Amino acid sequence: MTFPPSPPLPEAPHARSLLRSMLLIRRFEERCAELYTQRKIHGFLHLYIGEEAVAAGSVPVLEPRDSVVATYREHGQALARGVPTDAVMAEMYGKQEGCARGRGGSMHLFDAGTRFFGGNAIVAGGLPLAVGLALAARMRGEDRITACYFGDGAVAEGEFHEAMNLAALWNLPVLFCCENNLYAMGTALRISQAETDLALRAAAYGMPAWAVDGMDVLAVESSTRRAVEAIRGGAGPHFLEFRTYRFRPHSMFDPELYRSREEVDEWKKRDPIPLLAGRMRDEGMLDDAGMEVLEQEVAEEVEASVAFAEGGTWEAVEDLTRFVHSETEGRQP
Amino acid sequence: MKTSYRGAIREAIREAMHRDERVFLMGEDVGWYGGCYAVSKGLLEEFGPERIRDTPLSESGFTGAGIGAALGGMRPIVEIMTVNFSLLALDQIVNNAATLLHMSGGAFHVPLVIRMATGGGRQVAAQHSRSLEGWLAHIPGLRIVPPATLEDARGMLWTALEDPDPVLIFEHVLLYNREGALADDAGPVPIEGAAIRRPGTDVSLITYGGSLFKVLDAADELASHGISAEVVDLRSLRPLDDETILGSVARTHRAVVVDEGWRSGGISAEISARIMEGAFYELDAPVARVCGVEVPMPYPEHLERAALPQVADVVRAARDLVNGNVGIAVDVGIDSDAGISPKARIERGES
Repeated sequence: MTFPPSPPLPEAPHARSLLRSMLLIRRFEERCAELYTQRKIHGFLHLYIGEEAVAAGSVPVLEPRDSVVATYREHGQALARGVPTDAVMAEMYGKQEGCARGRGGSMHLFDAGTRFFGGNAIVAGGLPLAVGLALAARMRGEDRITACYFGDGAVAEGEFHEAMNLAALWNLPVLFCCENNLYAMGTALRISQAETDLALRAAAYGMPAWAVDGMDVLAVESSTRRAVEAIRGGAGPHFLEFRTYRFRPHSMFDPELYRSREEVDEWKKRDPIPLLAGRMRDEGMLDDAGMEVLEQEVAEEVEASVAFAEGGTWEAVEDLTRFVHSETEGRQP
Repeated sequence: MKTSYRGAIREAIREAMHRDERVFLMGEDVGWYGGCYAVSKGLLEEFGPERIRDTPLSESGFTGAGIGAALGGMRPIVEIMTVNFSLLALDQIVNNAATLLHMSGGAFHVPLVIRMATGGGRQVAAQHSRSLEGWLAHIPGLRIVPPATLEDARGMLWTALEDPDPVLIFEHVLLYNREGALADDAGPVPIEGAAIRRPGTDVSLITYGGSLFKVLDAADELASHGISAEVVDLRSLRPLDDETILGSVARTHRAVVVDEGWRSGGISAEISARIMEGAFYELDAPVARVCGVEVPMPYPEHLERAALPQVADVVRAARDLVNGNVGIAVDVGIDSDAGISPKARIERGES
């Protein structure tokens, strides 16, 4: 697929913030992979490495009043949304200082302060929630968009189609962000879905839908801006298919039998971080020293989060059954 | 005021819509059709299509949208036409509604009410006659209430809407037309706690929802046999009111659990186990169960009747317990050797 030409580079501070956001996600997750092998992080760990441009380019376009619904591969969205890095890392550890009290772990990051509604590990399970959040906003007269992230695998689920229909039928302010990384776990899109042009399928519900180069953070940002502006203007739901690729295995248990080294290497040539950094260098916005400073900043933030998580505490076993039911009423508006 | 179970629920919805602008009703055919069981008839005209919201046939989609709307500050009432169709929404009910609060460490709660019809007895065959409320009562994070009386039909909804967590209300299809007197000032009632609907001394008949009136009839008949039966209406299947159940058994020393749902792994098994755990030394006889025969519901009237607990089954089970004839065939389970239910054999005079 050929995409429109990449948008021009923004002003230096903004370009730097996009680069920093991607770099933070990358270094955070690389550290998570290490911590996993050191048995500090357990269970499932789904890394976003390779897909950072999607979260870094789209999430910051949203306003704080907007809502985000994400999947089990959501570290990137959480960090880009501003869920504190410390709280995300503590959650990875399962410590009660984590953003979900350590209850959820890697797959279930939640944060009321940034309206981050999870961390849903049932593929497509978050889409109906996003529709409902948007419905509530509309009924309450609130100017809120709900951005809903999901993968190509979700498009095969019934809940995807039910949610698309409801959002379009009721003209709700939802931004559907499909992260098409070509594989549903280890099953390739081409062997599992009859129509692999996912934007085309979304368009069948009567909503604007288009594919975006998901390795180009500027393209992601510009398409997201266009969609968000239209949604805020009352144009109803939009669907963006971000064509992206995960460089790492599906989870820490994946032997990657289903794709070739060559394919991965081919995609790595379009690694979103060097892609942006290279353009910044070409334009004189970045040099080795500048990159070094950025790496240093990010490394400090990540190490601080590890220290925070290490220093965190375990929830008392006596609290196991807390929050099966609410302890206080009416915390939400 | 004379009203019906249907009318009581409608009035409860209407009152809730007036009291709280965050409340809205959403589901299949709730608007223009007036509700599959006519519960919401007239509400579209009164409240308009935004708040009496017809949905496409997308149980998972609109149930999940209800959860999302609850997260977003509304107080939705989601109507799923029947429990049979709620199976299409189980992902949302179990993986999201019941789970989000705990999984988010208390960050997000889901103040959602889901209403649905349940039960058999209308000759609508296997895919429209299930009683799965006991099955859903397995799930931590949900409240499961099956109102039986007009007071509960009228009063449970508002309390459920005020609850910060998801509440599932199960309305037995045979109750909708049931009429009776309801106090003019009838209002909210608790959604926890069982009720003694008839006091007695010889045996506790423990039931809920659509079976309550059959069991009350059975208690009348038992009285004519000199047996004083106490009738416990569970009112809530999750949480169960252990205190009332065990208190009743402590008085009567015998218990029959009556449930349209299937016996294996059903709510009747849970109740029986709790009696064993909490009142073992009070028992003069093993706990008996009268449950639905373990088959998909057949269409013909005589087979459906045979598959559901009937007054005579309850009477027989209670008399056997009181008379010491335990272990004969006190429930309606499948006898795998014979291939037909003990109940069917009894009715053919083979017991």
